[in-house]
Amino acid sequence: MTSVTMTVNGKSVSGEVEGRTLLVDFLREGQGLTGTHVGCDTSQCGACVVHVDGEPVKACSIFAAEADGAEVTTIEGMANPDGSLGTIQQAFQDHHGLQCGFCTPGMVMSAAALLQENPKPSEAEIRDYLEGNICRCTGYHNIVKAIMAASGQDVSAVAAE
Amino acid sequence: MPKDHGIGASPTRREDVRFLTGRGKYTDDIALHGQTYAVFARSQVANGVIKSIDTSEAEAMPGVLAVFTGEDFVDVGGNPAGWQINSRDGQPMKEPKRPVLAHGKVRHVGDAYAAVIAETEEQARDAAEAIVAEIDEEPAVVDMGKALADGAPLVHDEIGTNQCFDWGWIEDNRAATDEAIKNAPHVTTLELVNNRLVPNAMEPRASTADYDPGTGEYTLYTTSQNPHLTRLLISAFVLGIPENKLKVVAPDVGGGFGSKIYHYGEEALVLAAAKKIGRPVRWTASRSESFLTDAHGRDHVTKIELACEKDGTFIAFRTETMANVGAYLSNFSTATPTFLHGTLMAGNYAVPNVYVNVKAVFTNTAPVDAYRGAGRPEATYSLERVIDMAARELGIDPLEIRRKNFVQPDQFPFTSAAGLEYDTGNYGALVDKLEEMIDRDGFEARRKASEKNGKLRGLGVNTYIEACGIAPSNLVGVLGSRVGLYDAATVRVNATGNIAVMVGAHSHGQGHETAFPQVVADMLGIDENSVEIVHGDTSKIPFGMGTYGSRSLAVCGSAVVRATEKVINKGKKIAAHMLEASEADIEFTDGQFSVAGTDKSVGFGEVALKAYIPHDFPLEDLEPGLEETAFYDPANFTYPAGAYACEVEVDPETGKVTVCSFAAADDFGNVINPMIVEGQVHGGLAQGIGQALIEGTVYDENGQLLSGTYMDYAMPRADDFPMFKVDHSCQTPCTHNPLGVKGCGEAGAIGSPPAIVNGVIDALQRGGIDVTHIDMPLSPGRVWQAINGAQ
Ligand code: FES
Ligand code: FES
Repeated sequence: MTSVTMTVNGKSVSGEVEGRTLLVDFLREGQGLTGTHVGCDTSQCGACVVHVDGEPVKACSIFAAEADGAEVTTIEGMANPDGSLGTIQQAFQDHHGLQCGFCTPGMVMSAAALLQENPKPSEAEIRDYLEGNICRCTGYHNIVKAIMAASGQDVSAVAAE
Repeated sequence: MPKDHGIGASPTRREDVRFLTGRGKYTDDIALHGQTYAVFARSQVANGVIKSIDTSEAEAMPGVLAVFTGEDFVDVGGNPAGWQINSRDGQPMKEPKRPVLAHGKVRHVGDAYAAVIAETEEQARDAAEAIVAEIDEEPAVVDMGKALADGAPLVHDEIGTNQCFDWGWIEDNRAATDEAIKNAPHVTTLELVNNRLVPNAMEPRASTADYDPGTGEYTLYTTSQNPHLTRLLISAFVLGIPENKLKVVAPDVGGGFGSKIYHYGEEALVLAAAKKIGRPVRWTASRSESFLTDAHGRDHVTKIELACEKDGTFIAFRTETMANVGAYLSNFSTATPTFLHGTLMAGNYAVPNVYVNVKAVFTNTAPVDAYRGAGRPEATYSLERVIDMAARELGIDPLEIRRKNFVQPDQFPFTSAAGLEYDTGNYGALVDKLEEMIDRDGFEARRKASEKNGKLRGLGVNTYIEACGIAPSNLVGVLGSRVGLYDAATVRVNATGNIAVMVGAHSHGQGHETAFPQVVADMLGIDENSVEIVHGDTSKIPFGMGTYGSRSLAVCGSAVVRATEKVINKGKKIAAHMLEASEADIEFTDGQFSVAGTDKSVGFGEVALKAYIPHDFPLEDLEPGLEETAFYDPANFTYPAGAYACEVEVDPETGKVTVCSFAAADDFGNVINPMIVEGQVHGGLAQGIGQALIEGTVYDENGQLLSGTYMDYAMPRADDFPMFKVDHSCQTPCTHNPLGVKGCGEAGAIGSPPAIVNGVIDALQRGGIDVTHIDMPLSPGRVWQAINGAQ
């Protein structure tokens, strides 16, 4: 067991972990932050994406110990300070970018990272960037639309609502 | 002007807020005090005799609380088949027992033969690996044709065959269909494979059980599309726990697509274990376990013949299908290839003769059951592929050959040659709408532009019809269903006028929490935000048959309407008392009860309050309270239909197919929330296009699953699709449910695979490459081979 300390959503947290404990398990089981989901065991679905020191990371692909000392942001930290939905979250709701909601935390975290890097991505750039996030429900149409809208682009002309 | 509230409006989904902020509560998010963890030991071989299982080392490992094997469940029941099919000779289907844990034999890779319960998941996993099972591997059967051959290894020795049933539909039409085909001027024959799919809801299955020794009550939290059915199966067939001592909760569920309709052995195991050790027991599948053990979908091999006149008038369809049911019968695996498939084999067409033969086959693979569309995609694919091929052979435009044979608007209600009574439809209008959407005249220019870039462009079209809202009970009962297929709802008006609606349908992405209140609020003339939907908990809801077969709104929504009507009627009684009028004179509009022809009225809220403060009620005539329950059993299926088209580009160098555009014109009858309906179509399209182009489940000849992770099973990603064009403005409302709705959840998955394959064949043909069929998935390798084989 080793002890780790990190800042999660602005709060300092620490805990004892085994060497094999994944960051996602530390967040879900250790911190009760169950918004970060586990959809696969091969680091391919993207349901577990969080930000570590500002970079998008699949939380199932690193050990908790590797995030020692890091700044971690999860979906629980994405709302505005007053609790209202952040811009990307609001765009997902406005454009029906989620159905069952299971892929959603990872999608929102990936979208946030994309918009940091590329504030006005084209449709193709969004689709390309989401390569590591699988959604089985939406067919991606409304996710792409929501991300375009969140970046301030006019989506009223996007094919058939 | 789009509506801003009530039926026909698109309010944003209220459930989204919890999902977008990480506050959804899925089964694996629920932590119970003192919980323990279950891990299963699963077969590595597809067919084997269990000689011995030594659990002693595992039992002695740190943290281990209990170890179970099949031996522990020999005295309890098996997981039953929900639908009895009889073979053509009248014999009932073969129905081998499906135990909680494998006993005596393992029958597919992933078949669980033992389970460990431990303090932590890691301890349980380590101990499961320490179980020593001596399993003698035997030859496996994977291919259906080989499974039916003489001398094939048997999946279930005790039934003496791998054939579950040999079903004919409609057997009395067989001779006439044979005769019609024999004498027809033109017959098109096609052999095709409907590829096996893994549903892959993004949330893996999970179950947590708790047992209260004080009350003798069990609680099961589980990833289910229909918690009541799970409770019924566990109570009546598997563990015998009294229904009133078992609470099943399906909290937020991360997608189902069919795979979470069924009861699985893991649910029974955690319940039994929780009782035995007196602590909660939790299990969550890894994705690898999901691949091996979730019920898979499709997996048909079909020969279809279409007989027609030289002018393209259809005379007959005849099919012969082998349908894989896997190693055990999953709950609805026998209904899917039969009554959800054979009955649709007349399509949208006024064809006089149809005969369908289906042989269901046991193999050493995971069980196969209903997956989004369930039987109807298989029927649609067979029909719409062979029609396209016939059109090409006869030199008829693919949309024209369909139009020519459609059931016409004035023929409804129409009894199809496959025995269903279609209530309404206007298939020609759907094709007209589709043509409006796709700019067909511009196709040639786009094709030329593709050609300049070295690509072959094709246009694929098809139509579909489906039977949704699975019910009515009296019909499905005659057809072999062992359950009724109604649904139920309770509308509880609280004293302060807000409302809780308890519904039997379960929402796992479909937006019931938003759409159902639109209906209730519209009927009661109140704000939809004062209506709350309660679902997924057997202790809170009267009963329900759950969500599948695009039935939530058509069946459960109708129950909601009926219960709301009862509330209005009860409200009229109370209002009559309050207004000192006769009940017959009370009218209810826009949230006001009023006395006809007067200005006397009282609002819904006042009536609700009065119901709970009945100081002056004449109690012999008027009961206090305002809460009503309705069970709704429809008179017929509903029949959504649509016309789909896509343009694809094929790269002849690599065989890669790109979907350039996809248009879907659907008739869902009336639409409650257009935004949600469109989202459902988008999702269905992605699954159908995924099936057509990239998804495929591959077992090797020893029954090892080669496509068992996201590295080997191609899941559709964002860059596999264009933006979709969808339309639902052609509406022929269902004639027999109160909302006039038909169901939209499966349409996209049913209607899209043939459009894609037709489009690829069209592209190749226009490019001068004489390929008439390629089996799905149309991966670059397969397309490239077809191109090179033809040249
Ligand atoms: S759980 Fe991390 S990528 Fe799937
Ligand atoms: S919303 Fe269900 S997986 Fe994306």
